[in-house]
Amino acid sequence: MQLFFRTLFKTRGEAIAFGAFIALILIILPITLPIFRLNLIGKYLTFGFVAIGLVLLWGRCGVLSLGQGVFFGLGGYCMAMFLKLEASDPVTTAIQSTPGIPDFMDWNQLTELPAFWEPFKSLPFTIAAIFVVPAVVAFIIGWALFKRRVGGVYFAIITQAIALILSLGIDGNQGLTGGRNGITDLRTLLGWDIRSEHAQYVLYFISCSLLFIVALGAKYIINTRLGRVLVAIRDREDRVRFSGYDVATIRAFIFAFAAMISGLGGALFVLQVGFMSPSIIGIVPSIEMVIFTAVGGRLSVLGAILGCLIVNFGKTTFSEAYPDLWLYLMGGTFIAVVMFFPNGLAGLLEKIPFRKTKLAAVAEKLRQPTSDEPETLATTPTSSTPSSNEH
Amino acid sequence: MKIKQLSHLFLKVACLAAATATVQAKPPTSEVNTTGLQVTDDTVTVGQLHSSTGTMAISETGSIQAEQLAIDQINAAGGVLGRQIKVIKEDGASDWPTFAEKAKKLLVNDKVGTVFGCWTSASRKAVLPIFEKENGMLYYPTFYEGLEQSKNVIYTGQEATQQILAGLDWIAKEKKAKTYYLVGSDYIWPRTSMKIARKHIENVLKGKVVGEEFYALGHTQFGSLINKIKLKKPDVIYAAVVGGSNVSFYKQLAAAGITGSKQTLLTISVTEDEVLGIGGENLAGFYSAMKYFQSIDTPENAAFVKAFKDKYGADSVIGDVTQAGYLGPWLWKAAVEKAGSFDIDKIAAASPDIELAAPEGPVKIHPNHHLWSKLRIGQWQKDGQAKVLYESELIEPDPFPKGYQ
Repeated sequence: MQLFFRTLFKTRGEAIAFGAFIALILIILPITLPIFRLNLIGKYLTFGFVAIGLVLLWGRCGVLSLGQGVFFGLGGYCMAMFLKLEASDPVTTAIQSTPGIPDFMDWNQLTELPAFWEPFKSLPFTIAAIFVVPAVVAFIIGWALFKRRVGGVYFAIITQAIALILSLGIDGNQGLTGGRNGITDLRTLLGWDIRSEHAQYVLYFISCSLLFIVALGAKYIINTRLGRVLVAIRDREDRVRFSGYDVATIRAFIFAFAAMISGLGGALFVLQVGFMSPSIIGIVPSIEMVIFTAVGGRLSVLGAILGCLIVNFGKTTFSEAYPDLWLYLMGGTFIAVVMFFPNGLAGLLEKIPFRKTKLAAVAEKLRQPTSDEPETLATTPTSSTPSSNEH
Repeated sequence: MKIKQLSHLFLKVACLAAATATVQAKPPTSEVNTTGLQVTDDTVTVGQLHSSTGTMAISETGSIQAEQLAIDQINAAGGVLGRQIKVIKEDGASDWPTFAEKAKKLLVNDKVGTVFGCWTSASRKAVLPIFEKENGMLYYPTFYEGLEQSKNVIYTGQEATQQILAGLDWIAKEKKAKTYYLVGSDYIWPRTSMKIARKHIENVLKGKVVGEEFYALGHTQFGSLINKIKLKKPDVIYAAVVGGSNVSFYKQLAAAGITGSKQTLLTISVTEDEVLGIGGENLAGFYSAMKYFQSIDTPENAAFVKAFKDKYGADSVIGDVTQAGYLGPWLWKAAVEKAGSFDIDKIAAASPDIELAAPEGPVKIHPNHHLWSKLRIGQWQKDGQAKVLYESELIEPDPFPKGYQ
């Protein structure tokens, strides 16, 4: 257990920060905020799934994707299709020419449900699809590109193009997808009204708990050998390749993993917001998700989640206070962060020397009496630098 | 001395009585607000939810201004049920999830009496479930595709049939048109409009649709379309191209020699606001089918245009949606006063049959919460204004038209 714990957190300070964050999200905010605001926090945190993916993919592996909205969207659309089918029972849609199909299909003269919608009547299939569809799409794209050694800025441009293609594709097939309006007016999940206050509390806790699980999973990956290979690929791709690692497959795998958790975030977004539209998939939101990560800190899982929270909270607060000026305030904040803290807010915290030494000292003290555990497998052969990782 | 004191007392009583009388002229808040909206003895708070930023800001600014003008005028005339209107303005930022967030904020957090807002269909679709669930009231100004009706929305723009049928009838009769080429942007409003237009052309006018094309929003290359139009030589181009695409579309038509003097073109998506971007010289001679043009010659419209220009500058123009936005606060005021209450349910019930002498002419709310309105055909002039050539009778709103679905 302790071994596992140490794999997750390099220092005790990190563990305390993570614990404090969990307490903030799961205890303090639900007590202090009204449900409307809490629901907004829940919405911001669904972008945290994308941000965690970007920490692995961009911060650790050096692959910048400007199309993560695609995977967020795919997960979201899977969820929305299930909810829409449930909301379109023949009784509530009796006014339509063809009752029993989603309203936008009826507006577009469809008279029967398209075949690819059929399986989304099943919740188990939908949940599987939320994970599998983004992961498979990402793996195919990633494998095709990385095998050809497409990387860096070219990869970023291609992912951006994919975001554009998908949002245009959804726009252009409104009979099948709801088009620009998206899939709206989602009501119940297996008869459970997701719009009620009670449901919003429950969904908030589910969503945040899943976020923490995913965050711990990401930290685990970062601190295992795979995590070190990722950093190695980022810093010296050719050396890793010459050492016998299959760089393309590792990258494709991490791209698919990031896509999968983004898809989960998208599904939780739909449950909490109540609709899905292509405006969450396209280029602008995809770049925004990169900004969240950059502001928080692309190297730190916790930093990236905080980035989502802070940027979106700023967006809401600024735009409520200054509906005509808020974009300038946001833009100014981004410029300031990039200029003064290139590693984001998490990087800023690491720079404070007092904090580092004090925490390190405390960690050292706390660790000594408990380090009777044999130190064999806790460290991997590659961890040669004494300052980082486990001692 | 005694008498003086007595008369003093008498005066005091009289004053008190007079004071009570003035208070009673204004119904007490507990009576007019039974559902906890943000209404005090002196004020009522409403929300305004449009895009001040993002791609839609250029279109929505007119509605924001017109709604503000109407609210100022109502306040100057004594407010609603003796209460001054206070506005909480929110920015939907041309982003549909943001619209949903802000709508919820206005209804749940601020408990506003009503909301004036939205422009695109997508933004309305995003907020509609919230208005229905939280039981709010939305005054929606844009002409739109229909296929919708809600207790919680008053649609002050035209639904599709009100804008399309009479316009096609006019062009078929005036221009003896037989062949039509339909062009639109690719989203629900043009798609639905063109579906209705096609059915009307084929089934009622016995004409022929020789082409139907949709382009992604923001599309700017219309070369291949123009070649197809030159090949098919339709009697009428029927257009519902919106936003930035509009500018490219008309400039490229003009550059290709397809101008008002040689080709009949009828559009349902160009108002005075769009002409500012496209340029009157590129549009001269083409027709628009709208319920309102700035050039309508009535005393109500003259007063409206003057008030608008006084407030926002002599260069400002007023398009169809801007005028429809102006109706929102006035229709809400009329509904509140008819109901004698700010309660949403009572306003919704009181709204049908409310009449208003609007800048566009007399309008009336139908039980389906849309407006009876006229259709006008305007021919664009080089100066960016339209010459009104035709004006229909009041047309009944029919958001679910039989035979056109």
